Amino acid sequence: MLGDNDGILSGAHFLDGDHACAEGAIAAGCNFVAGYPITPSTEVVERLAWRFPGTGGTFIQMEDEIASSIAIQGAVWAGAKAMTVSSGPGISLMLEHIGLAAMTEVPCVFVNVQRGGPSTGLPTLPAQADMMQARWGSHGDYEVIALVPNSPQECFDLIIHAFNLSEQYRVPVLFMMDEVIGHMTEKVVVPPRDQIKITPRRYTKLPPGEYEPYRAGDDLVPDFAKAGDGHRFHITGLTHNEKGYPVMNAECQEQLVCRLVDKIRTNVEQISFFHEDGLEDADVVVITYGISSRVTMRAIREARKKGVKVGHLRLVVVWPFPEEYIRRLAKQIEAFVVPEINLGQVVLEVERCAAGTCDVISIQHAGGAVHKPRTIYDAIVEAVR
Amino acid sequence: MSMTPAVENPVEQLLRSERMPHIWCPGCGIGTTVNCFARAVEECVSDLDNLIIVSGIGCTGRVAGYLELDSFHTTHGRAIPFATGLKLANPKLKVVVYSGDGDLIAIGGNHFIHAARRNADITVICVNNFNYAMTGGQIGPTTPLDAVGTTSPYGVCERPFNLPFLAESCGAVYVARWTAYHVRQMTRAMCEALNKRGFSFVEVITPCPTLYERRNRLGSGLDRMQWFKENSVIKNGVDTRECDIALRQKIVCGKFVDVDRPSLLEMVEAKMASVLHRRRWERMSREQQKPIAMRPMKG
Repeated sequence: MLGDNDGILSGAHFLDGDHACAEGAIAAGCNFVAGYPITPSTEVVERLAWRFPGTGGTFIQMEDEIASSIAIQGAVWAGAKAMTVSSGPGISLMLEHIGLAAMTEVPCVFVNVQRGGPSTGLPTLPAQADMMQARWGSHGDYEVIALVPNSPQECFDLIIHAFNLSEQYRVPVLFMMDEVIGHMTEKVVVPPRDQIKITPRRYTKLPPGEYEPYRAGDDLVPDFAKAGDGHRFHITGLTHNEKGYPVMNAECQEQLVCRLVDKIRTNVEQISFFHEDGLEDADVVVITYGISSRVTMRAIREARKKGVKVGHLRLVVVWPFPEEYIRRLAKQIEAFVVPEINLGQVVLEVERCAAGTCDVISIQHAGGAVHKPRTIYDAIVEAVR
Repeated sequence: MSMTPAVENPVEQLLRSERMPHIWCPGCGIGTTVNCFARAVEECVSDLDNLIIVSGIGCTGRVAGYLELDSFHTTHGRAIPFATGLKLANPKLKVVVYSGDGDLIAIGGNHFIHAARRNADITVICVNNFNYAMTGGQIGPTTPLDAVGTTSPYGVCERPFNLPFLAESCGAVYVARWTAYHVRQMTRAMCEALNKRGFSFVEVITPCPTLYERRNRLGSGLDRMQWFKENSVIKNGVDTRECDIALRQKIVCGKFVDVDRPSLLEMVEAKMASVLHRRRWERMSREQQKPIAMRPMKG
């Protein structure tokens, strides 16, 4: 199975989310993946190990997740487009390197096919309980982007978007699948090459001697150079100046860390991506992401039959959180209902933004299954009573 | 008043002079190893743009930041997997990992043994000063039995690693050990290691007079160099099982291993050539450039 010249399998397929994610990565131009086996994400790397020889990519199974999460960063500095794939316990081991990628501004993608936790938890069953880890997992202040697909088709489409965002902002992007999405098989349409939009890496045009690896322009994102191009640059995870050299003082720390955070925070509107359904006259809005959005659709259909004015806001990009948008929405409605397969994570952000202007109802689930539509239906009806 | 004519530093073009003075203590051996490495590079590497240096964390971890090469100061213990990814993604690069014993062998020990096992195409230079110096002199996996460190004030009760034996038994194709006193031999070893395909390993024993030597009453940096001179036993080709290091005992030095075995990249290339259509493989391997030209050391 070789696909077109770039290895893209244009056409209609019947794929599960893990395999669709692998095909999307190939379509995005990903040519380096390092991974370590872990349920329920292993099928992604299995497919890439099988497919990459034909597309010119390199797959290596490393000795652990820590190695995988930094091997991809070495590969990016060599000019590759790279990602790693894991699930909760593996992602926990990778956190230091999510911080390294944020600090050294390495465009790369971390796929997390979420399963029940904490610890070994439920390897074969779903959860959405790593959402706050995705946001805050590594130490220090930093920003990432996190996308959540809700179907195999979106695993394909959004992993391409994840690579594009990582290149545009030079930031690690977390791709937050879950066990159900990963193992659910549906129709996946792979478009022709010329219909796939790819954001190229922002290589510097400056000659060696003039280029400084961390001098950023107005958009706060510095241009990239790869190892071997003659720039003789230095890259460090220490607090560094524009030249990339370590500087141990509060001024440099403020300048660097504020830029790393601001390059995302000042672009929240551009990065935000959500689907709205029936928000115009809604009294209650259900905020969802990932697999929970699909259970919610049934609950909303039933509630509307009973005459409840209920809208659906599905977040595709959860981090950065669309704070302003939620604040405005909170003033127009009576309640938010937030179903998540965790014991209340993204709902905390909703509460913070609503700040008492409307009710916020958390529909929690400890993991191992998806919500019953009835539970969400009952919460919707209760919210408008 | 007559001025002494300034002597040009013969390795200045390889140093980031703007970053001097460096952070290393007087009497520390790391600077000596950097001098030897720079001379080995001048001697053996014809294309500096494609020579990449990767360090971990610690005193030796700072080496990357002082060399005027594309250089990466990564996370603690993870220089080897970073270097592995870098090399696999661009086989044209010559990738050197330069770090300390604690970084490479304790926290990074798993990566070390696996890189040696898969014969990854990297050169690893391990500066062994027998302790964690950046954090104030704690014991590590190379600290000799009974030596004192801040986390072992009554003396170490664990057996240390014998690094040449560890590297050889895991699959390294080149293994040598020298002390900071043996600058010519060390330079030659670094040059030979740079010329190998696959996993090459050079251990350099260095003084840490501020912490390890002081706490263990081993004298100043200079005393220790004198001690290395008088107590090193050169045994080229010796069985690496005889390379254990004990406190105040003689140190076995030399080139222990220099064999040829297909490297990771060569193994991958051979496998892919056998499973893919020949024409497709030829197109792909043309695109994949060969490693940079290296010169063997003169004399």
